[in-house]
Amino acid sequence: MIKILEERKEQVFNKGKDSFEISCDKKSASGSVSQRACVFCGSRVVLYPIADALHIVHGPVGCAVYTWDIRGALSSGPELHRLSFSTDLTEIDIIHGAEKKLYESLIGLIDYYKPNACFVYSTCIIGVIGDDVEAVCKKVSNEKFIPVIPVHSEGFKGTKKDGYKAACEALFKLIGTGSANDVGKFSINILGDFNIAGEIWVIKEYYKRMGIEVVSAMTGDGRVNEIKKAHGAKLNVVQCSGSMTTLAKMMKEKYGIPFIRVSYFGIDDMANALYDVAKFFGDANILENTKKLVKEEILKIMPEINFYKEKLQGKKAAIYVGGAFKAISLIKALRLLGMETVVVGTQTGNKDDYNDIKDIALEGTIIVDDTNPLELSKFIKEKDVSLLIGGVKERPIAYKLGIGFCDHNHERKEALAGFIGMLNFAKEVYGTVLSPVWEFIPRK
Amino acid sequence: MNNDNKTKEKEIKATINACKLCSPLGASIVFRGIKNAMPLIHGGQGCSTYIRRYIISHFKEPMDIASSSFTEEATVFGGESNLITGIENVIKQYNPELIGIATSCLSETIGEDISLYVNKYLRNNIGKDNPKIVHVATPSYSGTHIDGFHKSVKAIIETLVKEKINTKSKKINILPGFLSPADLRYIKEVLEDFDLSFTMLPDYSETLDAPIWDEYKKIPEGGTSIDQIETMNNSVATIEFGKTISNEFSGAFFLEEKFGIKRFNLGFPIGIKETDQFFNILEKLSGLSTPNKHKLVRGRLIDSYVDGHKYLFGKKAVVYGEEDLVIGITNFLFEIGIIPIIVASGGNSGKLKDFIQNNGAYISNNEINILNGVDFSEIEEIAFNLKPDLIIGNSKGYKIARKLNIPHIRVGFPIHDRIGGQRILHVGYNGTQNLFDSITNALIEYKQENSPVGYSYI
Repeated sequence: MIKILEERKEQVFNKGKDSFEISCDKKSASGSVSQRACVFCGSRVVLYPIADALHIVHGPVGCAVYTWDIRGALSSGPELHRLSFSTDLTEIDIIHGAEKKLYESLIGLIDYYKPNACFVYSTCIIGVIGDDVEAVCKKVSNEKFIPVIPVHSEGFKGTKKDGYKAACEALFKLIGTGSANDVGKFSINILGDFNIAGEIWVIKEYYKRMGIEVVSAMTGDGRVNEIKKAHGAKLNVVQCSGSMTTLAKMMKEKYGIPFIRVSYFGIDDMANALYDVAKFFGDANILENTKKLVKEEILKIMPEINFYKEKLQGKKAAIYVGGAFKAISLIKALRLLGMETVVVGTQTGNKDDYNDIKDIALEGTIIVDDTNPLELSKFIKEKDVSLLIGGVKERPIAYKLGIGFCDHNHERKEALAGFIGMLNFAKEVYGTVLSPVWEFIPRK
Repeated sequence: MNNDNKTKEKEIKATINACKLCSPLGASIVFRGIKNAMPLIHGGQGCSTYIRRYIISHFKEPMDIASSSFTEEATVFGGESNLITGIENVIKQYNPELIGIATSCLSETIGEDISLYVNKYLRNNIGKDNPKIVHVATPSYSGTHIDGFHKSVKAIIETLVKEKINTKSKKINILPGFLSPADLRYIKEVLEDFDLSFTMLPDYSETLDAPIWDEYKKIPEGGTSIDQIETMNNSVATIEFGKTISNEFSGAFFLEEKFGIKRFNLGFPIGIKETDQFFNILEKLSGLSTPNKHKLVRGRLIDSYVDGHKYLFGKKAVVYGEEDLVIGITNFLFEIGIIPIIVASGGNSGKLKDFIQNNGAYISNNEINILNGVDFSEIEEIAFNLKPDLIIGNSKGYKIARKLNIPHIRVGFPIHDRIGGQRILHVGYNGTQNLFDSITNALIEYKQENSPVGYSYI
């Protein structure tokens, strides 16, 4: 029997049965095998796709090596982000401090790779040995004439969300340092898309067809010089709101740029993401272009979507992803395929997010914050789902029980955003749910 | 031999694309090889999550590692209560027979006294059915995942092995080192064929390569049982694979020093010579000659060496990865006429060159670059100048193979870009046969693909 830990009881909610407010935004319970990572992870995932910046992890080798080129975030040009740089601290460094090593590492790397900026990630240990990373960054920046930005991402200093915040603060230091004179009036920044499998190219092309200028993308296929002039954009369009809303708020306060929250997953949300931008600018031409685009794109994919829907009708799914906005999009996207979500959870959702999920979820749905493998295995089995959507760590839980799986995390190599992404998603779900291999599963 | 390559990039202080992992990863794998055990990393939440993800991506198996989830408060005031809550929650959820605690760089640096915490916990819970608790110091800044692996094996033995009972058995201990589940299954089969009873530590041959389940297992079935470990001092000998293991980290050395159990330290049994050494010792310990089944495999292996030798002679290889695996593969390459022009590891025992038998001098006068403590950027730079024909190692060298457009034979850990890393057989006559066929066929395929003729008969 798998039991839910006492301190986690308020983080598991059964819609229609329970009436309490879901508890969230908590540190993970010690010993619970959370699927979350740490502050460093939060910062690393947000900044990682900036491809012409040098990302150096200041600490022992582990944190750098586990994040070396594991994500599907693509670049159309430089690929510095795909290399792993570490100060690789050893005992001596821990005893004597590692400021000199960091300084020398940075100088050597900048001379060799000529990046347009550096991000210096502090790991747990830096918070303990007391290196003045800020001072080293300043010194190197003065000597090399590029921004060298410390990221305060010591793993223990909060949760993954605090890492998002540290990354937003790092980005904020870059924004406004370039000239935005050439930025037009129908211009946006895309926040919170990381160009997994080339998704941002799809989204950018949509906006281009609408007549919208994308000033910068943060951070998918990101470039330092674009981010520097991001303050010139007239609107911030925020996806992955969990990670990037902080930055949008900071930019609103300092530069007066309003923001909207969108999702590029699923037909409805994708269309809304475009319409909301069109409506914001209120330009008749743009609105006309948008209508035309949405119509064309939907017509292109619907026949195939309908085929998959017919096959998938009535199947049940479970979702466990990082952010809540994505979870909601996925519930809708699965509905479009005739599937119902009966378990839904996130690593980093907040109270409002969970209320939104409660609103959209069916009666009897299990809603869960910061779950662990044992709970998840219990829920997906109890609810007899045919599909789990999650990341690499969730995959074996599904597979070991003989349940289909769709990777919707940063490591995937399939584009799932945009209208075309919806089609890819449908294909992937179809391919896993209806695979003949389940015939041999002992559980059935 | 050249053991002092300073490349341009190494003038850069930073490590670029490390060819090593951190110590708690090795510890986690060892604890997963104990029956009904749970690993717990005493540190920030990220350590266990990153390590889980890395291990899962290789083995394609669930890999639960608990974390004490350090907070800012714990970092300032000590992580005792986090650790205790962690232990209690692990017991509540998993009910393990053993909890293996590995420290992180954070908990080591702030000077956590795990012994003290654990003893206090056990004292406060007298009378309860407590699991065994083993702890090992595995700060990321010290050594590599392989050090974490060996230190954990030793810590388990030190903690669990009781006072010697003088009942001489014919049992042997085997400490295989960081091999694949397929390797572990093979070694067990060989020992059974020699009619030897044995304790293998660790044994994750089932826990990290399990069949499909009907019920979710909190802890996968399999692994070395605590009973078996507790009586390791009753064995007649310990066989330990891994020439670079220091006495300080060696469980076999400990058993020999403390209980007088003879230690046989062997290289990874890859290639005929090293495997022969392993089998010779088994003959000695069992009093039996090598079973015919294995003689036949050995004979076929030599037969295939002959059949394939022309495809291989003088080909230049890059070998990289964990030191003992690299030593095993390199010495095997010498047997078949391939020149290992680069032999590299992120590990830094300083012993790599001591165990490479440079008997390939007759093949050519190519220099053999033996590189301890290097990263992939250095391997890549040297490889570029030396124009190798093939590259042998884990998935992380793929980029070098791709840039050089040469075959990449995947061995070791991690295999993140192919299925079946857990099923790669590296050791023994069978494993050598597997490697030999893979290498030879990769070279034949390369020749075939790059020929304008398109032969289907080679």
